[in-house]
Amino acid sequence: MNLSWYYISGILIFAGINLMAVQGLSLLTGFTGLFSFGHAGFMSIGAYTAAIVTSWLGAPFYVSLLSAGLFAGLISLIIGRLTLKLKGDYFVIATLGFGESVRLLFAFLESIGGARGFTIATSAHHTSLFDVVLVNAIGLIVMVNLIHSKHGRNLKAIREEELASRVIGIDVFKYKMSSFFISAFYAGVAGGLFAHYLLFIQPAMFQLIKSTELTIMVIFGGLGSITGSVIGAILLTALPEMLRFLNVWRFVIYGILVILIMILRPKGLMGGQELRLISWTRRLISKRKGGQA
Amino acid sequence: MNVTFFIQVLINGIAIGSVYALMAVGYSLVYSIMSFSNFAHGGVIMLGAYIGYYSGALFGLPIWAAILAAMLGCGLIAITIERAAYNPLRKRNAPPLYYIISAMGTSILLENLIVATIGPNFKTYPPLFTERSIEIGKIAIGKLDLLMLVISAVSLFLLVFLIDKTKIGMAIRATAYNLRASSLMGVNPDTVIFIVFGLGGAMAGVAGVLFGMRYVVYPQIGIITNKAFVGAVFGGLGSLPGAIIGSVLLGIIEVMASAYWSSNLQNLIAFVLLIFVLIVRPSGIMGVSTEDKA
Repeated sequence: MNLSWYYISGILIFAGINLMAVQGLSLLTGFTGLFSFGHAGFMSIGAYTAAIVTSWLGAPFYVSLLSAGLFAGLISLIIGRLTLKLKGDYFVIATLGFGESVRLLFAFLESIGGARGFTIATSAHHTSLFDVVLVNAIGLIVMVNLIHSKHGRNLKAIREEELASRVIGIDVFKYKMSSFFISAFYAGVAGGLFAHYLLFIQPAMFQLIKSTELTIMVIFGGLGSITGSVIGAILLTALPEMLRFLNVWRFVIYGILVILIMILRPKGLMGGQELRLISWTRRLISKRKGGQA
Repeated sequence: MNVTFFIQVLINGIAIGSVYALMAVGYSLVYSIMSFSNFAHGGVIMLGAYIGYYSGALFGLPIWAAILAAMLGCGLIAITIERAAYNPLRKRNAPPLYYIISAMGTSILLENLIVATIGPNFKTYPPLFTERSIEIGKIAIGKLDLLMLVISAVSLFLLVFLIDKTKIGMAIRATAYNLRASSLMGVNPDTVIFIVFGLGGAMAGVAGVLFGMRYVVYPQIGIITNKAFVGAVFGGLGSLPGAIIGSVLLGIIEVMASAYWSSNLQNLIAFVLLIFVLIVRPSGIMGVSTEDKA
């Protein structure tokens, strides 16, 4: 087996791109209790926004990532405003419809390449492993702090008991909107990273199966666990590569694995718990801070 | 506006819509009992198309026999999926979303199983009859369209008859209304779910053969069911007449849009319609209110 660094770093970059989207989805699904089958749609919006910003406007790479996140977030506000009041399954169905509509709309818009795709200008920055690690690190720090803040606790309250949270005065709709916005922002940034790694994007890359894949990563890692999501994203991105010797059978195995997780360990790998090492280091840091003060 | 053209397009739309309806009833039946969207249904329809193809191409069976074979095969496959992927979740009272993920896993599994065994190539049905159109006055109707329409209508009629007029149908309706109460009245929910998946699978088999005949057969053909799903939501998830009406309307809207506007928009319209219906009236044309009690 020929394991070149180029190959491994390629897998790691893909894992990091997925992780960025999965982080946001983890907030939405794991901590707020809303499921989405449309985040490939936000990823594609981010990918196209970033690609256009660097190729047509000549803006720097990180500016394009930011605008990708913001534009995806803006769209999420419109979609959320319309659909977040829907109950249970109907919200999932609406996100599914949104994801498919976005893909078909991009395929229809000839000015950005239509179904043939969009090629990013050769002068544009090429996503490196460093970029992916940096963006994910920033994303993780923000996410972990958000989850441990009052905002995060309110989200968990909504996840556990929506009616009760409303009774104690939490503006459920507003909090759901914020989760939806943040998750769309993360997905948009992931899309930007994705576009500048492949340097070529096509609507067919963002099918329903991509959204499902992201949700499966969150569930595989365990709902309500950020470390679980990190592990889920990395393992499940690497898994099809590790199974490469099985050829066409690897996706059969992948499908069986998904069913088995649902049946045997629906709580996911981490089952709502965070990895101990991290809480241990956090405690250590806070102790040290306490000592200094 | 050209009236004959309009009528031709309309009949074409109804023919396509009626096959969507065959698929949509499968979604609706399962949703009415188990309250989740069975996304493995597309895989079952794909297998139906392959069963129809092989019974025609290998064994030279006539079309009615191919359809019967697909009905039987798909019914059994749907029941097997329920046993393997949903039954363990049901035993544990898992939330609907776990069913959806399990269904998506099944769908990935079935699609790639066919890619791995039969291969990703397109397959064309052997010509089952001369593809000519029938002319009534000035209106020309494709024989295939007419066949699709008649077979779908007969299958749907039988299904509605079964649900509305027989004892088994009453058990299904009772379980859909209230699973716990009906099980206290001596209706075994396991049996009802068994029958519902069998019926949905059988309809999927018919739809698979009809779509295989009209287009070509390939492992990803199940993606067409997304449209049928839109039809089911449009009519009201969980309602059988709703699924039929919604799907036929969707078929007409789609074909009209591609005939008078742009064929590229055909797929987009289905999903825009889906979002629009969800925003304006999430319970669809015939659906019951979906307000949560808490």
